[in-house]
Amino acid sequence: MLSAIWRFRYFIMASVYGELKGRYARSRLGLLWSILNPLAQAAIYAIILSEVLGAKLGTSEIKGAYPIYLISGMAAWGLFSEILNRCLSVFVEYAGTLKKISFPRICLPIIVWGGALVNHLMLLGSMFVVFLFFGHYPTWSWLAIIPGIVLISMFAFGLGMMLGIFNVFSRDVGQIVAVVLQLWFWLTPVVYSVATAPAHVRWLLDFNPMTALVGIYQNALLYGLWPSLPALVFPACLGIAFFALSFVLFRRASAELVDVL
Amino acid sequence: MNSPVLVAKGLGKAFRYFRSNLSRFANWMGASIPPDKEFWAVRGIDFDLRAGEALALIGQNGAGKSTLLKLITGTLRATEGSVAVNGRISAILELGIGFNAEFTGRQNIYQAGGLMGFSQEELAALIPGIEEFSELGNFLDEPLRVYSSGMHARLAFSLATAIRPDILIVDEVLSVGDSYFQHKSFDRIRKFKEQGSAILFVSHSLGDVRTLCDRVLLLDKGKILKDGPADEVADYYNAMIAEKENAELIVEQSRDDSGWLHTRSGTFDVIADSVELLDAGSMEPVAVARVGQSLMLRLVARVNREIPQLILGYMLKDRTGHVIWGTNTWHTKQILTGVSDGQLIEFLTTFTCTLGPGSYSFSPALTSTDTHLVDNYEWQDNAVVFEVVNSDRSFFIGSAWIDASFEMRRISYDL
Repeated sequence: MLSAIWRFRYFIMASVYGELKGRYARSRLGLLWSILNPLAQAAIYAIILSEVLGAKLGTSEIKGAYPIYLISGMAAWGLFSEILNRCLSVFVEYAGTLKKISFPRICLPIIVWGGALVNHLMLLGSMFVVFLFFGHYPTWSWLAIIPGIVLISMFAFGLGMMLGIFNVFSRDVGQIVAVVLQLWFWLTPVVYSVATAPAHVRWLLDFNPMTALVGIYQNALLYGLWPSLPALVFPACLGIAFFALSFVLFRRASAELVDVL
Repeated sequence: MNSPVLVAKGLGKAFRYFRSNLSRFANWMGASIPPDKEFWAVRGIDFDLRAGEALALIGQNGAGKSTLLKLITGTLRATEGSVAVNGRISAILELGIGFNAEFTGRQNIYQAGGLMGFSQEELAALIPGIEEFSELGNFLDEPLRVYSSGMHARLAFSLATAIRPDILIVDEVLSVGDSYFQHKSFDRIRKFKEQGSAILFVSHSLGDVRTLCDRVLLLDKGKILKDGPADEVADYYNAMIAEKENAELIVEQSRDDSGWLHTRSGTFDVIADSVELLDAGSMEPVAVARVGQSLMLRLVARVNREIPQLILGYMLKDRTGHVIWGTNTWHTKQILTGVSDGQLIEFLTTFTCTLGPGSYSFSPALTSTDTHLVDNYEWQDNAVVFEVVNSDRSFFIGSAWIDASFEMRRISYDL
């Protein structure tokens, strides 16, 4: 499987570029939209939640702590949901190509993964610029984002590919995932913090692997803290398990995939 | 004899249906739950393909042609049997797959070429050839969305055939583009064949099949019904189409000494007792006709059952099976009605031999309407075969003699 991916590396790279270009083709700002969108969304949440609802981040001395917390969390969540959503629909979207051309099918989820990663890196770059406006300067602990990206993408890729395979056979999966993702977003401390969450839902937040994964971003970018390893054991194991399982499932399902497309 | 480049052995593909997807998922996990329904799109397919051979795949919709092609190219996985491929396959199942509308033609060559498994360096070397063959000019650097569908097809075909493959698979895609490009594509395929590529061709155009292919596989309901020389299988297929409508139909085939294939099919409610080509003046039989000679076809039909109306049609074909001319008494508004059992009917057809030198055949059909698909009483392929020679006209080439004359005059004078 690896050698096939290597042989088709140029196709994968060209397709990642195509994914990004195709999405924002013929809009004047082009790729800038992929940065502006999440930033604008974070700004809306920041204004509504802190100004209108008066949400506060406990006691923080850092200037602009809430917007920074929000932007960090949304970037992490955005990476997760983007990879998940794209993996979910990729086989259905490329049905025509799958049916007519013989090529390693594993290229497809890798292409959407690559597209989401590039998008995310650009967003990170622009986030850092925004942070500078708040007078918030980078520290070494920001490097914790790198393992964060790896863990989040593995988790999202594994889960997304499994659901994507099921989605080929039963399109209900896609609809259910859309609803579940919405709920999942609000069950993850992105717009609020674990500290401000009511005590009786804490267990739910602890159980949610995304809490720790999003936490890597929030801790590193806002507080300059390295992630606590014990908290990451569960999400990391889950991510690796999903990732490995998705490849096993893919091998088993691969033969029947085109039959029903 | 050269070794086969493609061997299919007992090839079969079943599409499985499960009442619940859970059973399907459970099967991946190691369970063995039988499917609720199974549909064999193709089964028990055995054939081989040798270098330099052109094989056509024909059959009605749903006969399994596309499934078979997908099994060979590898997009579908066989349920049983095997396909062994010895060499590089290039398949054109659909033109323009893998193209991105926002990319320029050149970028698409890299993108779709990468999808075909070429490396960047290989593609860079191929670009001049693609540029030249597609004749896109400056459009090669324009985004694909501004292309006309013909230009799209030209780019796709040029890319797909940029390197001569060992096996070229073409699925009815040549009907795109203007006729100039169609000719050009056909020439390229023919050249590949001469250079030793094996061609696997799917088409509904029996004319294309006859001109390009040496051998034809007729598929029906997922099985090979006939495998043989192009004219034999194509004529058989033609007779088979009629079978759909005419339940009791008989097909007989035989080949004469000079290689012409005679196919006779129909319900035989009316049969041609005799068909002859005569000189229109002397009424003597003619086997070799002169260009410009007045000829007459005489057909005597015997009616075996009372039928409401009777039509006679003729098709004139050249040596390669191309139809030169054809019409019937429906179109000439000479419909015979109330034909009763036991009658003999003589049909006389006079015409001038305006054909070029070569070998030709007449195929008569006795039917009830303008097509043989409603009632095919009798259809005879190549019932009358004759030669045309040019004995008294000035030399010309081609399959038609046109009464053309030249006139010359000088319209400028030296002072």
